[in-house]
Amino acid sequence: MENQILELQYAMDTFYFLVCGALVMWMAAGFSMLEAGLVRSKNTTEILTKNVALFSISCIMYLISGYAIMYGGTAFLIGIELDGAASADLVTSAVLAESKEAGFAGGSVYSNASDFFFQVVFVATAMSIVSGAVAERMKLWAFLAFAVVMTGFIYPMEGAWTWGGNAVFGMYTLGDLGFSDFAGSGIVHMAGAAAALAGVLLLGARKGKYGPDGQVNAIPGANLPMATLGTFILWMGWFGFNGGSVLKLGDIASANSVAMVFLNTNTAAAGGAMAAVITARLLFGKADLTMLLNGALAGLVVITAEPSTPTALQATLFGAIGGVLVVFSIITLDKLKIDDPVGAISVHGVCGLLGLLLVPLTNADSSFSGQLIGAATIFAWVFGASFVVWMVIKAVMGIRVSEEDEYEGMDLVDCGMEAYPEFTGK
Amino acid sequence: MKLVSAIIKPFKLDDVREALSDIGVQGITVTEVKGFGRQKGHTELYRGAEYVVDFLPKVKIEVAVDNGIVDQVIDAVRNAANTGKIGDGKIFVYPVEQVVRIRTGESGVDAL
Repeated sequence: MENQILELQYAMDTFYFLVCGALVMWMAAGFSMLEAGLVRSKNTTEILTKNVALFSISCIMYLISGYAIMYGGTAFLIGIELDGAASADLVTSAVLAESKEAGFAGGSVYSNASDFFFQVVFVATAMSIVSGAVAERMKLWAFLAFAVVMTGFIYPMEGAWTWGGNAVFGMYTLGDLGFSDFAGSGIVHMAGAAAALAGVLLLGARKGKYGPDGQVNAIPGANLPMATLGTFILWMGWFGFNGGSVLKLGDIASANSVAMVFLNTNTAAAGGAMAAVITARLLFGKADLTMLLNGALAGLVVITAEPSTPTALQATLFGAIGGVLVVFSIITLDKLKIDDPVGAISVHGVCGLLGLLLVPLTNADSSFSGQLIGAATIFAWVFGASFVVWMVIKAVMGIRVSEEDEYEGMDLVDCGMEAYPEFTGK
Repeated sequence: MKLVSAIIKPFKLDDVREALSDIGVQGITVTEVKGFGRQKGHTELYRGAEYVVDFLPKVKIEVAVDNGIVDQVIDAVRNAANTGKIGDGKIFVYPVEQVVRIRTGESGVDAL
């Protein structure tokens, strides 16, 4: 009887992990729609191509090398189906032994294959963040070349130092210093933003974005219904992102934690959205929809660092702080002439850092110094390594399309097809 | 025969179409156009940055009619499209040399 209960718990926790992974996978659709909505129509096909291709590259590269670097184990996932057992016949008994050792209410035991599936969609999320920031001017194949290195090496390295528990180049271990990042405000979101920032700095702003006397010109997105749909898809996918990061459902304490994480994730998004739109109304005199959308995502990014310990009210307020911060961050980046068409660096980078720094307020196991050192480590590594990789790609094949191609649109240059050909009158 | 061409505010299109039907006009051509007059453009806001929309969307309608009802057509369009505010549009009247109905080959007033 005990064995059967443990088998059921194993099945439930594995199933929960897989469903959450599928929800996070769906965030790729959210990023695609958000980005396609916030660029001009002449760059739609290319941004969609990028999003599908980067997701696919992430899945393949994490399988080849990423998962092995981050969590140990073998390249190409060889033997992952054995779950650590010596042979296929021994899988059930090995899992039962592991489950008994952990105890019914103890640490989570789940299929290793489900672990890979859940982890791989996080890599894709980090990479998706980059594509929005460099949109409308970066060469497609330069971007995809970067995606190979980012998902196969750069991200897995910092993932190994954090969730993987390894020491940073053998020097210090972040976990021992009080670093805690529940679902990846820093490890996934700020990392993606750091890679994006390195790319944007080397790439430069879109033509016409900044005027000669420092004025900021608007380049309105082509399709705000699509951007809104993308935001809602991301909001929904985030329940898998944070909820799955509890890693276990099959006992009362874990189930309650999962419920609290869902609740807090949702309310933080709501707080972020309203705080951002009110901030935009006060600053600009209008309810800017794009800021509202960025605000919801900012709230989600902030709560991702620790969605299980805050009260619902705290989660709402944390999200709201992110919502205010993201608007000021977007304005500030524009003043610095750092052109980010979708606000990815502000949403994922600045608010990812905020999320990390808020963790010690509700989680006694973490410390401000640990969070600061962790954030600095992740940023320094991802930004530095990305900068070098972008430089190499720039030297080898160039990263930016010609001025004429930028004017014509990336769709024709890179993909040879338009997103809305019937509107051209040809 | 005359061609009456009018630039109007898009939301007045249905009113103008009804007014023309009421006086017996049997067909009009409608085009979505953009431009500016005394109303000029307006500014919009995107992520905190203002931008100018120079050309406003308008609707152009064209009606070919017999000389006898030109004044009626002009009055109908004017009354239906008038809001009293800037940007209501303009009416242009051109002479028409010839009209041919493609299906039957009728020409002149018979083809209207």
